[in-house]
Amino acid sequence: MKKIGKNSIIFDDVYLFSAATVSGPTEKNGPLGGFFDSSYEKLDCGESSWEKAEARLMNDAIRLALFKAGLSEEDLSLIVAGDLNNQLGVSNSVMKDKKVPFLGVYGACSTSVLSLINGSVYIDNGFGNYIACATSSHNATSERQFRYPTEYGGQKPSSLTSTATGAGCGIVSKNKSSIKITAATLGEVYDAECYDSLDMGRTMAPAAAFTLKQHLKDLNVSIDDYDLIITGDLSTYGKKVFDDILLEYDIDVRNRHHDAGCMLYNPNRQTVLAGGSGCACCALVMYGFIVEEMIKKNLNKVLIIATGALHNPIMIAQKESIPAIAHAICLERGAV
Amino acid sequence: MEKRIVKNALDKNKIKRPVLKNSIKAFVVGGLIAIIAQGLLDLYMRVFELDKSTSTSMMSITLVFIASILTGIGVYDKIGQLSGAGTIIPITGFSNSMTSAALESKSEGVILGIMTNMFKLAGAVIVAGVVSSFVFGTLIYLVGLL
Repeated sequence: MKKIGKNSIIFDDVYLFSAATVSGPTEKNGPLGGFFDSSYEKLDCGESSWEKAEARLMNDAIRLALFKAGLSEEDLSLIVAGDLNNQLGVSNSVMKDKKVPFLGVYGACSTSVLSLINGSVYIDNGFGNYIACATSSHNATSERQFRYPTEYGGQKPSSLTSTATGAGCGIVSKNKSSIKITAATLGEVYDAECYDSLDMGRTMAPAAAFTLKQHLKDLNVSIDDYDLIITGDLSTYGKKVFDDILLEYDIDVRNRHHDAGCMLYNPNRQTVLAGGSGCACCALVMYGFIVEEMIKKNLNKVLIIATGALHNPIMIAQKESIPAIAHAICLERGAV
Repeated sequence: MEKRIVKNALDKNKIKRPVLKNSIKAFVVGGLIAIIAQGLLDLYMRVFELDKSTSTSMMSITLVFIASILTGIGVYDKIGQLSGAGTIIPITGFSNSMTSAALESKSEGVILGIMTNMFKLAGAVIVAGVVSSFVFGTLIYLVGLL
């Protein structure tokens, strides 16, 4: 690998060897339900607490990704994972019975791509043959962590996104597969001076726009080189802000940009307000929908920009603005 | 330049909150709760022939009980999403905030979970009630001295 431009990386030989997704019930009933490898009918996934349910989702995703690749845990040289819970509680608990080195990462909802970038960097520098990159989120764990109890009857504004329940895992390797990871752009923290934790889409949109702008500049490519550009969880409102900012820089993404938060649910049928969010939102769309479409040869080159609102509930109460970040990774059809 | 572009894009896509529509919904649902409460009060006073202060307490307890049950079976938050302040401001909202916090904390045990967190949201109402009753009690006492 080598660094290119200000914030980007070009990988020599990294492939997305296998990917798996596990979703909750609402995601299964959404428009992309058919793309997930496994789904739970109930939000508790048969566990006694929400945290255990989320851990089960992540564990399932890792096991399924290994199974699909015909690998076992011993083949992994590293697991990179993260979630939304305090101290990465869920990821840490999943790793309890894994005898594999573990690298915990936190990038809020951008963790899906952040973990994949980290895994790719380690693989390209020779740290073993297979690295699993996993992430998860659960509607109930993150609601209680960042907002109110789930059954609290306060009115939620239309700008609020609904945290996706699910997990995704991608296994990266130097061994060739149909999807090659060619480049990545690490985001800078951007402060859009937004203070509303119930309006994350608009808060994160500028970070995503500037990451895309930097990516195009660093790699000296144009927007037309991509079949599709996917943002993580900007939702109905953030999507428009993202498009508008880029238009000011003469980058028109409107005909090839989709937002994972808007794709995951059917807003007419499902009560999700502005759309989906959470680590699993981008992970489910990327490892589920995008990967399958690329394998089917419907897509050749896709840029995924996962967005994270790095908000801390205590600091928001102290009237601090919400920092946002976005990391981008480029997937291309590989040799096979 | 960059800041200005971001600010313009954010301002252009400002989210309009339907204040009037929400206010009407809150008024209607809040009013309905008040009508039910009045019905309960009349029931306790006329049918059960309780005195007014006992009937008032019984009416509040009944409302708290119903709201708590509705929270437990996962209905109250859906009504709350529709009516907003209409279901949060009456005593039913107080009941919901306590029950929802208790439900949420159940996994952490009885003492450190339920008992510690039950007043997480409702605590503000208790503090406001105690402080304002102290302030107004003092004022009434002082006015009585004159």
